[in-house]
Amino acid sequence: MSHRSRQLKVSSLARVEGEGALRVVVNDGTVERAELQIYEPPRFFEAFLRGRKYTEPPDITARICGICPVAYQTSACLAIEDACGVELDPAVADLRRLLYCGEWIQSHALHIYLLHAPDFLGYPDAIELAKDHRDVVERGLRLKKAGNALMELIGARAIHPINVRVGGFYRAPARAELQGLRPQLSQALRDALATVRMVSGFTFPDLELDHDLLAVRVPDRYAIESGDLHSTSGLSFAVGNFSEHVVERQVEHSTALHAALDNHLYLTGPLARYTLNRARLLPLARAAAVEAGLGVECRNPFRSIVVRAVEVVYALEEALRLLDAYVVPDRPYADVVPRPGVGHGVSEAPRGLLYHRYELDEDGLIRSAVIVPPTSQNQAAIEDDLRRVVGANLDLDDGRLTALCEQTIRNYDPCISCSAHFLDLTVEGR
Amino acid sequence: MTAVIIGIGNEYRRDDGVGPALVAAIEPCLPDGVRAVLCDGEPAALLDTWAGVPLAIVVDAVQCEPSSPGTIHRYETGEVPGHPGSASTHALGVPDALRLAQALDRVPDRLVVYAVEAADVGFGTGLSDPVQLAFPELVEAVLAEVR
Repeated sequence: MSHRSRQLKVSSLARVEGEGALRVVVNDGTVERAELQIYEPPRFFEAFLRGRKYTEPPDITARICGICPVAYQTSACLAIEDACGVELDPAVADLRRLLYCGEWIQSHALHIYLLHAPDFLGYPDAIELAKDHRDVVERGLRLKKAGNALMELIGARAIHPINVRVGGFYRAPARAELQGLRPQLSQALRDALATVRMVSGFTFPDLELDHDLLAVRVPDRYAIESGDLHSTSGLSFAVGNFSEHVVERQVEHSTALHAALDNHLYLTGPLARYTLNRARLLPLARAAAVEAGLGVECRNPFRSIVVRAVEVVYALEEALRLLDAYVVPDRPYADVVPRPGVGHGVSEAPRGLLYHRYELDEDGLIRSAVIVPPTSQNQAAIEDDLRRVVGANLDLDDGRLTALCEQTIRNYDPCISCSAHFLDLTVEGR
Repeated sequence: MTAVIIGIGNEYRRDDGVGPALVAAIEPCLPDGVRAVLCDGEPAALLDTWAGVPLAIVVDAVQCEPSSPGTIHRYETGEVPGHPGSASTHALGVPDALRLAQALDRVPDRLVVYAVEAADVGFGTGLSDPVQLAFPELVEAVLAEVR
């Protein structure tokens, strides 16, 4: 029996939001460990929020992520509105959904074009891609800008919007202001359809997941900014029961906590949303999915880039629909009077489910906060993929295997904000 | 617009907030035609902010080894090092954004980068002592660029 030990060091896990470290150990042809090391900033924010006023979480938690601040703001608002027994005016709720569409568009465009497409097209990064395919990168930036424009108009700023408050918005835009975005969004919709055609032509490694898939669902729309939870295994529960079903636990092969759904492995994000809610897509997105070869479900994580592209089409279709139906609400926000109690909120961040829970005291101060972000929910599934991908590709040299591991991680668009730094691949006796 | 000052970083990551702190400090005393904006370092936003502007000044935190926190480095286009170890939370830092801008012809006429060596980019608000000490010099230097 031959034993071989090698160690690769890569200066960072590039092209994920933030930085992460990966350690894979292979022994005698068996992948023993695949650990994605993540330091989770929400843990810090949970402590930071205690003793703060009930009105503060939307602004504070928005700072957890520069790519999906609206997701943090929305889940925070939902949880506090739930605790205080407040319902939004439908026009205000639609405006919240429209803002969230902007975030989906910009976040997905960033991931597809600047982070993930280079993997499939054989470029080390988007810069090299731009040198050969300038039109492709220009299209990605144009799409991203359209999403940013929605966020700027409704949120008053493209990153960390400042117009969001518990109960709605400080100011609702005029109808004419929103209509002014129509030409840009219409162009973006054409760009989004071209994006689906482009990514559906990529070559996808074979990998089919059998995990349970969990997403938010509402009866009449592709769920984004609220809903109940549903899984492909048939689970169905309200957000108030989230913590009864989703439990974080210690596992043997990793130092990180892993979330489990009723004690089993599960995944949130684009694959889950598409598989559970495909029938609720609008016509153009649905046709684009068919044309792209997506079936009634999608369980190949490498094809998540296609689902993201379809979701960009959907977000633009939906944004245009909401924009045309927009009526300036009588009041941009509902009054929210604090009361002691607990509230829960969940929404679909671009990369998956984002859950917030707050407990308020009689003065409206936060007694406890729990934030369960998508990346920590998906971590066990990512590591499971890595074990399978490495196990099936042990014939690759270290450089190509490392690249494939990074691509595998990028399938999940993970939001990792930490200061960890090395990708160590130790291969023994493979 | 004759110049734009772009503060990059996250004020909830200690010294990574030096860019935003500069924008806040400098905004009230800007000459006409000069804007100061916040940016999280995301490359597409950077390109949009600086494309075609006569002068863009970027202020960001950097982590160096060996490190002398509070040291202010100044670079112009062409001198920006390949990987100065940006302390921002994004994988594409200023050097990569600049390379992308060059590939797409979306560069400012002139780019000046102020990189401030960070002592602490952990979670929390407020600058570390060495960066706080260097801060007045940074404000003065950036203002001198646009006057």
